[in-house]
Amino acid sequence: MKKDTKGLKPSNPDRRGHFGLFGGRYVPETLMPAILELQEAYGRIRRDSTFRREFQHILKDYVGRPTALYEAKRLSEALGGAFRVFLKREDLTHTGAHKINNTIGQILLAKRMGKRRIIAETGAGQHGVATATAAALMGLECEVYMGRKDTVRQAMNVFRMELTGARVIPVDSGTKTLKDAINEAIRDWVANVSDTHYIIGSVVGPHPYPVMVRDFQSVIGREARSQIRKKTGGLPDVVVACVGGGSNAMGIFYPFSREPSVRLIGVEAAGKGTDTDYHSATLTCGEPGVLHGTMSYLLQDRWGQIKGAHSVAPGLDYPGVGPEHSWFKDSGRAEYYVIDDQEALEGFRLLSETEGIIPALESAHAIAFLKKLKDELPAGSTVLVNLSGRGDKDVETVRNIFRGGATE
Amino acid sequence: MNRIERVFKRLRKRDETALIPFVTAGDPSIQATRDLVLEMDRRGADIVELGLAFSDPLADGPTIQAASFRALQGGMNTKKYFELVAHIRKTADIPLVLMGYYNPILRYGLEEFARDAAAAGIDGTIIPDLPLEEAGPWMKACRENGLANILLVAPNTPEERIKRIVRASRGFIYYVSVLGITGARTSLPPEVSGGLERVKSFTQKPVAVGFGISRPEQVKALSSSADGIIVGSAIVRLMEEKLSNVSPGEEDRAVAEIGEFIGSLKEATL
Repeated sequence: MKKDTKGLKPSNPDRRGHFGLFGGRYVPETLMPAILELQEAYGRIRRDSTFRREFQHILKDYVGRPTALYEAKRLSEALGGAFRVFLKREDLTHTGAHKINNTIGQILLAKRMGKRRIIAETGAGQHGVATATAAALMGLECEVYMGRKDTVRQAMNVFRMELTGARVIPVDSGTKTLKDAINEAIRDWVANVSDTHYIIGSVVGPHPYPVMVRDFQSVIGREARSQIRKKTGGLPDVVVACVGGGSNAMGIFYPFSREPSVRLIGVEAAGKGTDTDYHSATLTCGEPGVLHGTMSYLLQDRWGQIKGAHSVAPGLDYPGVGPEHSWFKDSGRAEYYVIDDQEALEGFRLLSETEGIIPALESAHAIAFLKKLKDELPAGSTVLVNLSGRGDKDVETVRNIFRGGATE
Repeated sequence: MNRIERVFKRLRKRDETALIPFVTAGDPSIQATRDLVLEMDRRGADIVELGLAFSDPLADGPTIQAASFRALQGGMNTKKYFELVAHIRKTADIPLVLMGYYNPILRYGLEEFARDAAAAGIDGTIIPDLPLEEAGPWMKACRENGLANILLVAPNTPEERIKRIVRASRGFIYYVSVLGITGARTSLPPEVSGGLERVKSFTQKPVAVGFGISRPEQVKALSSSADGIIVGSAIVRLMEEKLSNVSPGEEDRAVAEIGEFIGSLKEATL
């Protein structure tokens, strides 16, 4: 397959949502009117100052933005002290992860479009919780699809969703995890397209989702950019974030993407190793293909069947990735590396011990990568890390592992 | 003229509606699919839709999802699919339409896939996750290899889009009867016939209707407005029942029973 990386500016898809080869709208015809309606509605609110004010107001008073930018000096010392580390504290948002930025944006949009019902998919449950929360805030009916396996391993998040009034629908098809929950949400949407809005939780899916979710999450990078300027007088040398579907990474990368001096590094989950079948390193090991309405790198076999993904971090456990990341990879704008389960657990412990911050296992991948960076960065560099979520949801998993259990 | 066009031309002269049954290739085995397609041909099917299994069939309901899963578990893949088609082609001239998702085609290579599908004896393709906007490269590969790429129209497709879709579609137009996914339904919305007529008002090409159709009565009711009727999940479910627990040597009888169902559906189109 040819990789056409010329002719388009990064982050500037064409009218049909293509980032070079990637992106697009690969959906059943029944969804096309809804996707076009969404694109049109999103185009309108993007320029609407009333919408922006309402969005910013909720982000401030309800979500708790701007989130802090914290210089992690003890972490930096533990890593040899050669570079400064700044953590963008998305773990401090309401519901405990960056996911809420997107669900607030989309629910406001859904309301303006006159939709009365919200559906969502969730893997670890963070996006499901953020969607259920936003739906409760707006008084909309909410149903969340979740793989049966995930409902068991993330039972507390199922209860949180139910407490906020959502109905959680366990999915028994396929691998019974996130990718199957997305399939089921799309099937629901096809059948209920007139009154339902589907809130996708990452920069994946058909156009305009990758662009829309990126825009709603870009508040992370915009805040961090002005905060780090104030603290250091300049731009960071490196920005690091974990990548599953890629929304927290795109949210922090995007406002730096036109600054050639800033290295953007995405960290994928190597799970039990990229030489095994148990990883989620889509950009590192995958091949371009079409899943869930978009063309992007995918974990697939030689016949184009989608493979299961694995990571100790349930939020990274996805065999696809946002199309703009695929574009960033092929155009060289961002670099993507891997961290395995074991390294991520060490990162989890490291941040907890040095800073008293328990990170989500997903974000622990970004922390763990700092160890690999330390030998290649010039002294005095500044590194910005997106601490995308807090680790409360993972403490039980980690406790079992540290006590000698298996990583799954 | 390819086989699909020939069939519709012949049926139009006789004022007859095409019966288009669906079967997932390799469910539960390659041998069973071959026997079934030949039986369908004998029992009056006019075109057969042959599903190429995909791990994530997002336009399909539970029945066809399960069939795809069984086929993949049984080792079905693109290469075996083409071998099966070539095998059927040795003895049958019935038009065969591949129903499958885009990723396995992309992975194989568009040109290579179209070439090998045509060489094996496929006449057309239906790709539910490839709408008009993204279909360009695949339609080109189809044209160059004499395949008909059949596009879908849904009940909520606006008029202007219908016009563009019917112009680009080859072989026939697939009208989706309901908002939703595949799967047998006990009743169909009353507006199906109206929707069909609407599509037909924009084109001379044949229009076939599918999704949710499971009984001879439904086939009969739609025969006056549709040029073709696609029955999928009802057949797959029947196979699931008849073929899942047969002991060796009894497959023939199970296949014959499904054949009887096909016969009753065909009768309803006359």
